[in-house]
Amino acid sequence: MAYSEKVIDHYENPRNVGKMNDKDENVGTGMVGAPACGDVMRLQIKVSDKGIIEDAKFKTYGCGSAIASSSLITEWVKGMSLDEASELKNTTIAEELALPPVKIHCSVLAEDAIKAAVADYKEKQDK
Amino acid sequence: MDINKNFFEFIGLPISFYIDQSELADRSLDLQKTLHPDRYAHLSEREQRLSVQYMSYLNEGVATLRSPLLRAQYLLLLQGIDTTSESSTPIDPMFLMQQMELRECLEEVPDQDDPFEALESLLAEVMSMLEALRNKFAQDYQSEAFAAATETVRKMQFLEKLVVEIERLEDKLDG
Repeated sequence: MAYSEKVIDHYENPRNVGKMNDKDENVGTGMVGAPACGDVMRLQIKVSDKGIIEDAKFKTYGCGSAIASSSLITEWVKGMSLDEASELKNTTIAEELALPPVKIHCSVLAEDAIKAAVADYKEKQDK
Repeated sequence: MDINKNFFEFIGLPISFYIDQSELADRSLDLQKTLHPDRYAHLSEREQRLSVQYMSYLNEGVATLRSPLLRAQYLLLLQGIDTTSESSTPIDPMFLMQQMELRECLEEVPDQDDPFEALESLLAEVMSMLEALRNKFAQDYQSEAFAAATETVRKMQFLEKLVVEIERLEDKLDG
């Protein structure tokens, strides 16, 4: 199967790979996995006092589409509010990367990861 | 012969995760002899076609029952549960964390003083986790705790993928 140029670019030069301290109060961590293909994704956001995502990091063990989806979403969420980030749809990612139908689930994983990170951050704030 | 039967019935084994592999081999050999298309060469086209169908069903069945993962997935399918095409399913975060760490560990193997030993010990760790999951699945399935059995198969899928990655790195280090 041929990957689109954008997927290959994100796969070869992934943006924002790394890890933040998940004990940090301003950091939200989302861990998701796709059992069918065994992909694992960790997505973290650092949120300012004003509720804006200042930084995002990810680490994905999976196929090129999963890596590209998470790389792209970390670029997008920087500067967004938590609500804006939660509203990101997998279809937007899939469209941007021109993912073929069999790889749509990789973009779903990235959407779930950002939602999980936002939820984790909010949970920390409520404590 | 009836390809509407499930693989266990078709091959003549009890529906269970525990399978006697030598019995599976014996039965499949017997069936192969009976079903082989050459034996039907003198028969009608319809019967020859059936024999080809039986053979391919038998081959698929043997491959499915031989592999612990495929067997577990198939046992769930018999209960109407398909774990092979799920995309994003909520998974225990602690388990995912552990999967992440194991994969990070694998990534660091080539930088270790003795990468072969590091790989060997990682593989041993993963295999013992898999073994524990297989036993858990067998018990849960037997006692018809299908939700728990499903969760266990999902975990098995992550670990089996990791085994493939470990083997891939092993080949790379060997080459």
